[in-house]
Amino acid sequence: MLSGFAGGVHPSENKETGECTIEVMPAPKKVYIPFSQHTGKPAIPLVKKGDDVKIGMKIGEADGLISASVHASISGKVIDIVDHPHPVIGSACSCIIESSDTEEWVKEVNAERDPASLTGKQLVDVIKEAGIVGLGGAAFPTHVKLSPPKEKRIDTLLINGCECEPVLTADHRLMLEHAATIIEGAKIFQRILDVQNLIFAIEDNKKDAVATFKQEGVSVAELKTKYPQGAEKQLIKAILKREVPRGGLPMDVGCVVHNVGTCHAALIAAKYGRPLIDRVVTVAGDGVKESKNVLVRIGTPVKSVIDFCNGYVSQPERVILGGPMMGIAQYSDDVPVIKGTSGILIWNNARISEEGPCVRCAACVDACPMGLMPTEICGFVKNKNIDMANAYGVLDCIECGCCAYECPAAIPLVHYFKYGKSEIWRRSKK
Amino acid sequence: MEKVEEVKKLFVVSASPHIRSKHKTSTAMRIVTIALLPALVYSAYLYGPRVLLLTLISILAAVGAEAMLQRMLGKKISVADGSAVLTGLLLAYNLPPGAPWWLPAVGSAFAIIFAKQLFGGLGYNFINPALAGRAFLMASWPSLMTKEWLAPVGGTLSGIDGITAATPLSLLKNPANYGDPQIIVRQLNDFETIRNLFFGNIGGCIGETSVLFLLLGGLALLVLKIIDYRIVVGYLGSFALLAWLLPTPGSVLFHLFSGGLVLGAFFMATDWVTSPITRKGRWVFGIGCGVITIIIRLWGGYPEGVSYSILLMNVFTPLIDRLTKERIFGEQKRKGAKK
Repeated sequence: MLSGFAGGVHPSENKETGECTIEVMPAPKKVYIPFSQHTGKPAIPLVKKGDDVKIGMKIGEADGLISASVHASISGKVIDIVDHPHPVIGSACSCIIESSDTEEWVKEVNAERDPASLTGKQLVDVIKEAGIVGLGGAAFPTHVKLSPPKEKRIDTLLINGCECEPVLTADHRLMLEHAATIIEGAKIFQRILDVQNLIFAIEDNKKDAVATFKQEGVSVAELKTKYPQGAEKQLIKAILKREVPRGGLPMDVGCVVHNVGTCHAALIAAKYGRPLIDRVVTVAGDGVKESKNVLVRIGTPVKSVIDFCNGYVSQPERVILGGPMMGIAQYSDDVPVIKGTSGILIWNNARISEEGPCVRCAACVDACPMGLMPTEICGFVKNKNIDMANAYGVLDCIECGCCAYECPAAIPLVHYFKYGKSEIWRRSKK
Repeated sequence: MEKVEEVKKLFVVSASPHIRSKHKTSTAMRIVTIALLPALVYSAYLYGPRVLLLTLISILAAVGAEAMLQRMLGKKISVADGSAVLTGLLLAYNLPPGAPWWLPAVGSAFAIIFAKQLFGGLGYNFINPALAGRAFLMASWPSLMTKEWLAPVGGTLSGIDGITAATPLSLLKNPANYGDPQIIVRQLNDFETIRNLFFGNIGGCIGETSVLFLLLGGLALLVLKIIDYRIVVGYLGSFALLAWLLPTPGSVLFHLFSGGLVLGAFFMATDWVTSPITRKGRWVFGIGCGVITIIIRLWGGYPEGVSYSILLMNVFTPLIDRLTKERIFGEQKRKGAKK
């Protein structure tokens, strides 16, 4: 069993939805598709108010290399292109499509073909055209990760099925129900990158998924359940014993990591020419009547997804998109599900503990998987001593939340680190 | 009729993570307090109910001083976090059982006001308040702090039959004052004496004598991960090693079990606020405490060195933290640094 990284925490898993098979949610009446759902520049709108669109039609074109296209996820009419609440960046230009209740696809898609007939270069283009981004949450454009510079020798492709966030089981279900698709997708990545080593990384709290993949005859690394085992750098360290240098990328140590959901989406694109128009989302919490794993069209408002899960128990206090450790709390359920949305958590209580004084217990230092001294950095940020925060490595923080999870004084450390980082970036732009 | 617009209720937002472990500062303080209690109960059995009264006075003075000062300064009263209770308890543990009743009151008030609150309260004190209080009392009323020993019920002050005038460490320091040095040193290292030291059947401070009961509490704290093993192991390990290597008439076990070493190593050196936060730093801190303790015991003016060693290392804590920074993930060793 591999665990192999320092720090980390063991929150209660609460993965009861691991038993819930993926249910397909019918197309909603309206979708709100932001042009920015990924790391990098927002896509450039290709449609205007009043246009008719069909499922799979490209409505936003990738702007430059680090960007991704977006596609219509329902057929109908573009009723507006305006700023709309966005689950990650607050508000963003979005395309609002009203359904025509006909499930019409654009012509080009759904023609089955053999991915083997395509060259690696062609496959990267297909993946780029399909608007595929990392579905683990960071939403980094996948085609960029598949085109490492020539001087970087890649020898290992890791497929990340850790799903170390508590509560979430979307990847788990996908691995159980679509193992073959994921493996075929991963092999496409393997061919594109021309690597020997293909390893599927799965935490040992998903024994059934481990067994499924072993049966398929692929190489599986079973990892000890520990948060954040699924964080890229920690995963590489645990499996390959390599450390991505500070400020570096996995490719600097000859490695590329892709999420299982991304593999699935890539195969669908390669085999059927179908772009990324939906994803699996775990809906859970004491505030929703039925916890489920749902296949949701991109752009579906959270409240429509909740309606599909039989609605709220009562007026909820908290809506979080993502997992409990790294997810983002939303003030409104108008926000849409986007490509990086892995979970929707609905909670009835909003207890937020009052921040106490740091007692220097060092629980944060022991918990930090990046070897940082969170309480020191937090002190610097609080005193606006941004240079010292930088010197102590605030930019190395992966915002996993282990420090704040363990803090007995309930100090929202990650909050301060996000602020500290933004200050550093703001100053460097000046 | 006025048109009532329905105001949509917004959800509560806060920064991630949205879940927290059950760890709380106040819970930890309470657990440490509880871990200290077996030693107090046994102490009350050994020296009589008087020690309970002294301890109670010490705690009340600590809590009272904290509440009063915070009120005067217009700050939020934070006695509920349990840290003042712990300071009062630890200060009492450092007093001789025969101390006058006002001594703990003065010591606790000093500890809370001058060592803790005036530096900003919990988390901002740079030295252990209880030890600062003890040092203050030692400097102000040395005779009351070193002479008011009581012999335990059914035992003697020294742990040796017939010698009633000194505690074991005083005996070791100046054996010639109490009889034939050779005989005394041999008796100190006897199995009988070591056993008396281990169970606390000797004279000493209120809370320090029973190694057994302190160990029980201390090990519980280690298991619960409230205190860090590096400090404890570093302290006791370096101390034991030096007690074995350096010229001293006392055996290693005698040194380990006598005085306030176990109390200090488990309950005071490990104080969160005043010990380093880095992993390496905690080793350095523990080892530093061990080295200074043995130096004071063997060559210093006092028979015991635990409290001063911890206070000295407390002062070094910020420096240790700065010099032993954690290695950041992916940090490369500086290339060519050795050239």
